[in-house]
Amino acid sequence: MHSLILAATVLLLALIGYALGRSRSRNLAGASGQPLHSLPAYYGGYVAIWCGLPAVLVMAVWLGTEGAIVRALTVQSLPAELVSDDPDRMALLLTDIRNLASGSIFSRDVDPALQAAADHYQSLRQTGFASMIVVVLACAVAGLVWARRRVTPGLRARNHVERVILWVLIACSTIAILTTIGIVLSLIFETLRFFEKVPLHEFLFGLHWSPQTAIRSDQVGASGAFGAIPLFAGTLLITLIAMLVAGPIGLMSAIYMAEYAGSRLRSTAKPILEVLAGIPTVVYGFFAALTVAPFVRQSGGSIGLDVASESALAAGVVMGIMIIPFVSSLSDDVINAVPQSLRDASYGLGATQSETIRQVILPAALPGIVGAFMLAISRAIGETMIVVMAAGLAANLTANPLEAVTTVTVQIVTLLVGDQEFDSAKTLAAFALGLMLFVVTLGLNLLALSVVRKYRERYD
Amino acid sequence: MMSGEPDYAARLRRRHRSEMRFRFYGLLSIALAGVILVILVGSIVLKGYSAFWQTHVRLDFAISAEQVDIDNLRETNWDGQVKATLRDMAPEVTGRRDKRKLYRFVSPNAGYDLRDAIAADPGLLGTGFSLWVKASDDIDMLTKGHLDRTLPESDRRVSDLEVGWYDRFVGEGRIELRFNLDFFTTADSREPEEAGIQGALMGSFLTLLVTLALSFPVGVMAAVYLEEFAPKNRWTDIIEANINNLAAVPSIVFGLLGLAVVISLFGVPRSAPLAGGIVLALMTLPTIIIASRAALKAVPPSIREAATGLGASPHQVVIHHVLPLAMPGILTGTIIGLAQALGESAPLLMIGMVAFIVDTPTGFTDPATVLPVQIYIWADSPERAFVEKTSAAIMVLLAFLACMNATAVWLRRKFERRW
Repeated sequence: MHSLILAATVLLLALIGYALGRSRSRNLAGASGQPLHSLPAYYGGYVAIWCGLPAVLVMAVWLGTEGAIVRALTVQSLPAELVSDDPDRMALLLTDIRNLASGSIFSRDVDPALQAAADHYQSLRQTGFASMIVVVLACAVAGLVWARRRVTPGLRARNHVERVILWVLIACSTIAILTTIGIVLSLIFETLRFFEKVPLHEFLFGLHWSPQTAIRSDQVGASGAFGAIPLFAGTLLITLIAMLVAGPIGLMSAIYMAEYAGSRLRSTAKPILEVLAGIPTVVYGFFAALTVAPFVRQSGGSIGLDVASESALAAGVVMGIMIIPFVSSLSDDVINAVPQSLRDASYGLGATQSETIRQVILPAALPGIVGAFMLAISRAIGETMIVVMAAGLAANLTANPLEAVTTVTVQIVTLLVGDQEFDSAKTLAAFALGLMLFVVTLGLNLLALSVVRKYRERYD
Repeated sequence: MMSGEPDYAARLRRRHRSEMRFRFYGLLSIALAGVILVILVGSIVLKGYSAFWQTHVRLDFAISAEQVDIDNLRETNWDGQVKATLRDMAPEVTGRRDKRKLYRFVSPNAGYDLRDAIAADPGLLGTGFSLWVKASDDIDMLTKGHLDRTLPESDRRVSDLEVGWYDRFVGEGRIELRFNLDFFTTADSREPEEAGIQGALMGSFLTLLVTLALSFPVGVMAAVYLEEFAPKNRWTDIIEANINNLAAVPSIVFGLLGLAVVISLFGVPRSAPLAGGIVLALMTLPTIIIASRAALKAVPPSIREAATGLGASPHQVVIHHVLPLAMPGILTGTIIGLAQALGESAPLLMIGMVAFIVDTPTGFTDPATVLPVQIYIWADSPERAFVEKTSAAIMVLLAFLACMNATAVWLRRKFERRW
């Protein structure tokens, strides 16, 4: 919160700099009679940039590194008996110190050494924050004074300002790349650490998944098996059910809307599909768990079938409903892109409309439709909330849609929600699963895009 | 007619029948989508609308001024007063266990309500007065007909004794359904009758604020660069492909990124709207960039040429002319992106916004939860009364989403220009 006030102060200084720069350029031009190179506003912007930008950058770097430095200094000052080589214990100790310093509820008896460390930590943080204020404000004021001095009628202020703006724009556009790199790196690092503990082939080909690792070595039933095949199978089963629902309904409604429907039906059907697409997945999850799953269970029971209350069928059907709009809107675009001349030729040969669709339009649109289905599959594989709420937790290796199965996303959530130690194979397994998920969905998307692109080239 | 010639009329009929069938399947699919939507929304409304009302019980008090230290209201045993009143209402109850059951007839917070009533009007002391307090969740369910009282006693959550009290109080006019304003003004609670969505709404608001503050400027600037200034080269191709791929990355992967980078590396506090906002901003960024680029592309080149012809620099062309003309489209895309972010919950589970939080967050680093995650938490709770609360919270969420999307549509209609 205090950093926000500091940022606001810097912003205020930049605004003052803007006003100063603008008025100075005007005054100088008026006094000397020399024409200004740029509009006065650019001189204002020039001073404001020099005032604000360095200060903000310094502040960002400071805030990013302060925590680590303070931590290191605190650890250095700790008495030798508290320091241990075990990183977990050190992390725990630091959390204790931080809690103590911030005055949170502290359950253990306070060790005087720990109290001293907490006081030290607190004073370091206060000194750090005070010096940050001084440094940042000094930067801002220095920049302001320096830039204001440099304002002369001949200064090419517009070019300076525009160059800075361009760099800011470039920086913004690289954030997308940085995000991807961040995802890949964070997943890969944790995954590599996971594979130090669990061999790769066991993860990829193991048939048994039970991530509970033993706390004590003699504990029963805590084998810590990380064979992910049951998860992949469960994910595929639910995805398959979803596609069996979404594929026909989505494709047929797309065909009807593109080929048959008049503008009135289109204008009512489109919003229905858009609303289906806009409903949050947690709502679908609730619907699956409380309406569809009991319904499936009851109707299964009434014909003598034993249906699990968290059956793959219920989760899959609801997930199918969720992806109907994806399939239909993507297919709709593809079908509309088929040239009219193909239809006309087919009608000219005497084909009915449905024959034209089935034998001319669909084959012509097939690559695009395949692409649409792939995108829908990748969406279904990565979908989380529906399966978290409506699918099971136990990893059963089964192809029976009436039994409970679990999926990759469900396991990621259950492994990471709640208590976690960051080094155990259990939490790291979530990152390995996340990497699998990322790679598979990315692969499907790239494949779908390349299929669609190939198709487009044929008619343009 | 020659023999062996196919029966063309029959064949045509068959072809026409198949045409009709095909058409019917298409229409059926659309109808099915509509019916599913109606069932989905209908089931939630049917389950949830009653949560906006809450069963209240009228308790009569006669508290003398001596019993209460008016300057130190905390000291008085308000729960004891409530219990005494309940005992007066059912004087036949003697057993310890039955008494405990009787005390559970009203919400455990009834004592606080009494205290607040006295604090608001100390003149009540010394006179007899009555106060409407919330009934407990089981009694509430009984009123709303969600508990089947024809079941054998062992199978339902309220005993015959409680049903007996309930019927008697109804006869005495002590039971009433009242509008449950507290649903909007309190935060989460373990007691269904006390739980509200204010905390989650505030958390959602703070989180979306962070998301907007980060993703809107960055997204628009990235779109301006890619559409207006970027040279056509490998680097910009890579950026473009990247943005398209990011839009298709499963949301839970963003949660893993948030956990590994935002929380572990940058040290943003867990469960904080700041962390959630950053993660959601990264998620909505592709949506905003893609929509903004489309809006910028829709501005005709003649505008740029005219401005350039009048001596504007490329930057001035964009800032003074292209960007304002593209703004409605950009805003539409931003609102749609934010609506997606408002409904998102999976990545927030990863960064600890799933905790049970009874305080309404007031700052960006307070522990908080958001509306969809609150829905998830309540959906997991075993009490029957939470089903109703969950559905009501979903209705509120859907209402917000509908408003945001309606605004986007309105913006598009109002400012859409065909060049």
